[in-house]
Formats: sequence, C-alpha cells, structure tokens
Amino acid sequence: MKIIYTDVLIIGGGLAGLRVATGVKERGHDAVILTLVPPKRSHSAAAQGGMQASLANCAMGEGDNEDVHFSDTIKGSDWGADQDVARMFVHCAPKAIRELAHWGVPWSRVHKGEHTSIINAKKVTITEKEEAHGLITARDFGGTKKWRTCYTSDGTGHSMLYAMDNKAHEDKVEIHERLEAVALIHENGRCYGAVARNLMNGELVAYVAKATTIATGGYGRIYSVSTNAIICQGTGQALALETGVATLGNMEAIQFHPTAIVPVGILTTEGCRGDGGLLLDKDGYRFMPDYEPEKKELASRDVVSRRMTEHMRKGKGVKSRYGDHLWLDITILGRKHIEKNLREVKEICENFLGIDPAVDWIPVRPTQHYSMGGIRTKYTGESQTLQGLYSAGEAACWDMHGFNRLGGNSVSETVVAGMLVAEYISDYLDSEESAISIHTSNVEKFIKREQEKIDALLSKENGEDAYVLRRRMEEIMMEKVGIFRNGKDLQESVTELEELLKRSKNIEVFRSKSRAANPALVNAYRTQKMLKIALTVAYGALLRTESRGAHSREDFPKRDDANWLKRSITTWKDENDTMPTMDYEKIEIESMELPPGFRGYGKDLTQHHKDTKVRQDKVDKIKEELEAKGATRFEIQDALMPYLEKLPKKYRGINERLGENV
Amino acid sequence: MSNDIKKVRTLKISILRFDPHDPEDFPHMETFEIEEAIGMTLFVALNEIREHHDNSLKFDFVCRAGICGSCSMLVNGRPTLACRTLTAKLDEHFTLAPLPLFELIGDLSIYTGKWMRGLNERLETWIHEKENELNVDKLEERMEPSLADEIYELDRCVECGCCVAGCGTIQMKPDFVGAVGLNKIARYHLDPRDKRSDEDYYELVGDEDGVFGCMTLLGCEDVCPKDLPLQSKIAYLRRMMIKTALKN
Repeated sequence: MKIIYTDVLIIGGGLAGLRVATGVKERGHDAVILTLVPPKRSHSAAAQGGMQASLANCAMGEGDNEDVHFSDTIKGSDWGADQDVARMFVHCAPKAIRELAHWGVPWSRVHKGEHTSIINAKKVTITEKEEAHGLITARDFGGTKKWRTCYTSDGTGHSMLYAMDNKAHEDKVEIHERLEAVALIHENGRCYGAVARNLMNGELVAYVAKATTIATGGYGRIYSVSTNAIICQGTGQALALETGVATLGNMEAIQFHPTAIVPVGILTTEGCRGDGGLLLDKDGYRFMPDYEPEKKELASRDVVSRRMTEHMRKGKGVKSRYGDHLWLDITILGRKHIEKNLREVKEICENFLGIDPAVDWIPVRPTQHYSMGGIRTKYTGESQTLQGLYSAGEAACWDMHGFNRLGGNSVSETVVAGMLVAEYISDYLDSEESAISIHTSNVEKFIKREQEKIDALLSKENGEDAYVLRRRMEEIMMEKVGIFRNGKDLQESVTELEELLKRSKNIEVFRSKSRAANPALVNAYRTQKMLKIALTVAYGALLRTESRGAHSREDFPKRDDANWLKRSITTWKDENDTMPTMDYEKIEIESMELPPGFRGYGKDLTQHHKDTKVRQDKVDKIKEELEAKGATRFEIQDALMPYLEKLPKKYRGINERLGENV
Repeated sequence: MSNDIKKVRTLKISILRFDPHDPEDFPHMETFEIEEAIGMTLFVALNEIREHHDNSLKFDFVCRAGICGSCSMLVNGRPTLACRTLTAKLDEHFTLAPLPLFELIGDLSIYTGKWMRGLNERLETWIHEKENELNVDKLEERMEPSLADEIYELDRCVECGCCVAGCGTIQMKPDFVGAVGLNKIARYHLDPRDKRSDEDYYELVGDEDGVFGCMTLLGCEDVCPKDLPLQSKIAYLRRMMIKTALKN
C-alpha cells in the first residue's frame, strides 16, 4: 500500500487549484496537486473573453468600482448569490488581476487617444485618457454596467493559466499528473485526503492530508452538447457527494451560453457580442432589440439564451441537419479587429466550420456552458459539513453566482477564490484544530474498497455497457433538463435517470481488461459517478417550482422569493440509495446589502418575500442618513453589510484606481 | 445533379498501436473502418472507434477545440492537433501514430506533460522579479500596449509538442530545448517584468543544446498549429546570444 503524506492535497490543476497551491506554499505549507491532465491543459485555458475586475482604466469603464461590480453580480445571480461572498469577490478581483500582471499575464492595455469601436451596430469614437495609457484595458460583456472585462486578446484563460502554472513551477509545487482521485478518505466528519488512481499504470495510491481541496471544475459533460472540455464530468462533486457527509449546493443551476458553434458546441466568446457582434435570425434580422430593447445582445447570458430559444421556436431559426440555429455576425467588426482581438474565434471558425468570420456569419445556438452549483462551502471554502474538505472555483458553490453567472466572472472567481481559500486553509493548518490522526488500517480500507470496485467492473459478466448508459443520460439531460424546463419532463428525467443509476451498478467493462491505462475502465467508473450528479441536477430542478436565473420553469414562470429564496442542498445519505436527499438553506434578506428586486429583463414576474420591503426601507434609510452626513461609499457599504472582517488581513486594503484612493 | 450527392465515404484509419503495460503486445498497425459524417474531426472519429469498435484505444483529448494542445499526433506522418483536423481534408485511407520522442502511455497517448514540465523547470519559464515586492492594492505597472500584444503573440504556445516532433536537431541531440523552449526564452526576454539579463539567458540557451544547436531545418515552423513566428524568433535569439558572447 502506497501512502503519500502532505499538508494540503489539491484535486484539480486548473486556475483555482494552482492558485490555492501557490498560496499555501507561500504560507509555508506543503501541497500536492493531483490532476487528470497537465495543468496547462485544464479547462481554464478555454476561457476566451476575459476576467472581470473593476479597474476602471478604459474610458468606457470610468466610474466603475466594487459597488457597481457587486450590483451587477447580484442582479446577474437573480439574488441567489451569497452577498458577503460576492462582496469579498469584487473587492479582491482587482488585487488578483494585478497579481497576475506581476506574474506575467500580458493583459491587453489602454492606448491613449481616439479609437473606434462598434456599439449597438454603430461605429463610435472613444477617447482614452492620457493618464490611463499602458494600464490594463477592458471590454464590454453581458449584464454589466461598465466595460469591466479585462483580457488578453481572446486567449485570456490560456495566458492566465500559463502564468499561474509557471508560478507553481517557480514555487516548486508538487504536481502529480494523470492521477485521478476516486474517493475521499474520511471518518467521523473529518476529511483525510483521497484515494487516487494512476491513469498510466493503474496503481491506487492514498494521499493523506490535513486539508483536501477539490478544484475540478464543473459538470457540463453530463449533457450531450457542452462547451466544456471532455474532462469536466463532475467527478469532483461526486467525490464529495459520495462521502454522504459533504453537501452540494444549487446543482440545478446550469448556464447555457448563447453562442456555441453548431454542431460541435465549441464556444465563441461573449467578447464577440461585447465587441459589437450581433445575433441574426434566418432572415438576417437582428431580433434581440425586440425582446430586450435596453441590453439587446448584451443582456445576461441566461436571458439571451432563452430569447434565442424562443425566437427559434417561432420558426425563425435557420434549419440545418443538426437542428435549428441562429447566426452570430461579427463581420461588422472588421478583419483587423477580429485578427487581433478575436483570433481564437477566427481559428475555431476556420478549423471547425471552414468559414472566415470576417466575411461569413457564424452558426450558433445556446449550449450548456457553466455549472453554478457545486460543493457547498462556507465563505472560507470549507465544506459546511465535512471538516478539512475545501473547494474553490467552478467546482464549488461558494456561492457568488447564485442562479446565473456573469460572463467574465468565472476565471475571475477561480483566482480570487484560490487566493482567499489558500489563506483560510493556511490559517486552519496553523491551528491545532487541523492536527490529524488516522490509523493506516483505515486508510487501507478505503484503498481496498476502491480496488474491489475496480475488480468488480473488470470481472463482471453479462453486465451493462457504460457507454449506452452514459449516452442516454446525456440525451435526457439535454432534452428534459435544458434551457426551458417543465414538471412533466423533469419527472420523466428523474425516473429514467434513477433507472439508469440502478443499471450502472451492473456495469461490465467489455474486452478491455487492462488494469493499467484503460479508457473503458475509466469511462465505467466515471459513468457511475456522473449519473449521481445528473440526478442531483434533475431532481433539484424538479423540486424547484419557480424560475430563477438560468433555472427557467415554463410551468412556474415567476421568481418566487416568498417560497424559494433558498439554496438547494443535496446529499447522498447511503451508498445504496438510488436518489439524492434534498434539503434547503434559507437566504436571509435582513442582512442583504442589495435586497431582492427586478433584474430589468422582460416583464417583472417576481413574487416578493414579505421581508424584502422591510429591508429595502431600512437600506434606503441608512443610505439617506449617511449620504446626508457626507459619508464615503465605503462607510455606507460597511453600515449596510460589513464583510471586511471576513477577509484575510492582507487583502483588506482599499483598491487604488485612477482618480480614486491614489 | 449527381455531383451534389456525394457518396458517404468509408474511412480506413490505420493506427499504430502498442500497450507498453502488456508484456505480450508489440507495436503494430490496426485499421478501423468507419463511416464519415459531415464536419467529422479526428476527435469524433477516434471516439467513434473507441465506443463502437475497440474500447481499449488510448488517445488524449481535453478541450477538443484546438486550445489545450493535448491531442497532438502524427496524421499521415505529420505532427498536428487531431481535434481540429477534419477528415474531409484527408484521403479515405490515412494513418495515425503517436508523436515521437515523448514517453508513450499507449497507442496515441503520450506523456507530453512530463517533458514540458522538465523544460519549464530547466529554462525557468517564469517572471524573475525579486526587487519589487508587489502591493496588490496599487495601480498595476504600465506596459506599452504594443509590447503587451507582442508578448501575447509568443505566449500563445500551447505546448503541444508538434515542433519537437517536427525537429531534426532533437533527433540527434536529445537535450535540445526545441522551438518550444526557444520561443519561451524569446517571450521572457521580451518581457520587461522579467529582470534576467542577457547573460542569464546566455547561460540558459547559449550553447549546443540551445539556440546554437538548431540546424535551421525549421520543421518546427511548418508544423506549429498556432503559427508562432518560430523562425524569426530563433534568428533573433541567435543574434542576441552572439552579441552577448562577444561582449563578454
């Protein structure tokens, strides 16, 4: 039996995992990263368009600050987000981006003087300030009041990930590649690490650690068409779920991105629309202004995806052998702009569609893109129920996105959560509370159990084909747990998924019997895990009888704050259960800085909670009084919802901006 | 018109297979036949083979969008990213083989990560800046917009290993850093945030395993899927290194 001991075990080598690793290293703790693929190949690399941080350097970002970013994020979340966490996030995003600039990300910069840009299909001239020259610039993204999305061309995630991984090299972070965590080691409500399988030689290894962090990204691949990398299969969430102790939050909150190419589902960045691209229907007609006269193509992602679907349902979609789609037109941006700022998009169009986006329209439709739900944590990133287990980034439900994430807030979250969670973990490791004692025979039990599962899969006869089960699951999720949902379809999805889960206990790995590198074996055990995750999504969606953010129920079109201003909490109580157990966590209105309101899209269908008005009146009164006294925005914010104390001391400083706090 | 109705092709895909963990296995070609579909990429084709013909077939895809650099392999002997290779651009019968020079995991799956990590550690591909401690509350350091663009241009490398597989020099000098390594040096040399001196860079690549080892065959530039300006950067580094050598 092989046991490796470390202080912090980090599962997942994307932006969040790497940032946690370098953070705990800096505090003098040891860290090991387990990763399925070389860190630089993680899905973080696919983030194209940018990272939100309220630097306010460019002309169209002037006047931006934490307050505006906060308000955009909360409205975007349809009031599902944890407002303390969102505050911590917007406060630290400028720090995270400046840190990344220091570590080598070649952020695109402000160029002083005039330049032209396309806004609402018209050419406009924008003048950048002399004093902003050379600072980090930003572009427009959906659902934001200011141009806040900082970028490096459209390879933002790539350049961030490379800088971060290089920093991890510098810090001598130990990275164990092609190692897949298959189970968490835990007893009596305490996590002790994980059992991992070496994907090259098949060896099972136990990693014992004082703190374990899951940073494995989302679970998009439970859907048949997703923009996600094929490794985003929700196995991190499944690891937590299978402990029976850790909880998952808001699993039904799934984001569909408006513009993935048809048929393969590869993303074209929101930057296309942010930079002035338009959505057109089969007649070449620009339809978004009819639905959303104010924000048009740049409404929040959930809204644009629904409007596109509605429009296609009216018969306005372009027919193709792969189903209906719409057009994304970026030809108006001009070749020069496309080749400089949207070059990944250009490459994708050339390679996968054989078209030139400077001349041709791009066939697009809404496609599964992001998992707002994940491992439910406290603001420290620690599981609410399993001590010593942490999570950060898309894998977690921390919860700064609520029911809809804003574009540009995901890569931003990975590095901000990473830097904060690293501090909280380090504090924990510095305390006596983190000391562990687990008998090696107990560790061995966990390894043995995983070995038996693998043996069973390889030796089973006349069993089920994992691919058949998985493909069916993907279809069900796509057809019945998609952009628009209804009770009947959701009930059917839950019933059938439960049936598939039962069948998955009987999976047989046909022919390919190797214990070393064996893709069929990997698919078998991952399918078992994915089915559980799919059930948490479908079941959560069935029970949530309201529409909020990306969760849109045709049979319950109202956002129902009176009954549903709460987070879905899922556990898997017993390994023999065939259904998850659902519970709910109330989202308190009385402590909100921004009480629930109207997001400003379509008709206001909100059914308000009785506490909302009380809180709104109180917020208004506090603001009015303090403003009369000439209080600063920081003082007003602090009076409404103090959060600074929650932040690690080193990150409490006020952010400098041009003309503010300099 | 009959010309419009193209016959669906049956692709014959010959794959170089070998499982180093199976003592009875030996490298051999195996040919699979599948029906071509519209817009089919090698990602789609290989997954179809794995799902319907042979579930033990090993290969590496992650983003399947030409972004992550995982799926480099030899297509008809030429290194390229498989995920963005459309079968329509290939003949009916073609061959696939793992990228040479990297450790083989099995079939088309190779361990590029280990090689690239070794390279990054050797060349210290990170910003060397010990003087100025960062204060995250302060305005970021300024950079000329055109310089940021130039750095990004070189930062676009995805470490896919195609240039290594297409390199003549590395066949003879296994410690040669390859175009991927030289491009990284050019990238950091260009970056004012990295405080290493010309002499420091000379120490790293001013020898036969570095920029002076390159035989200028430039297979690297031919096969780079990101069209990085490898030829001009290698030439630039050479001039820079010679200057540094003469100075000292």
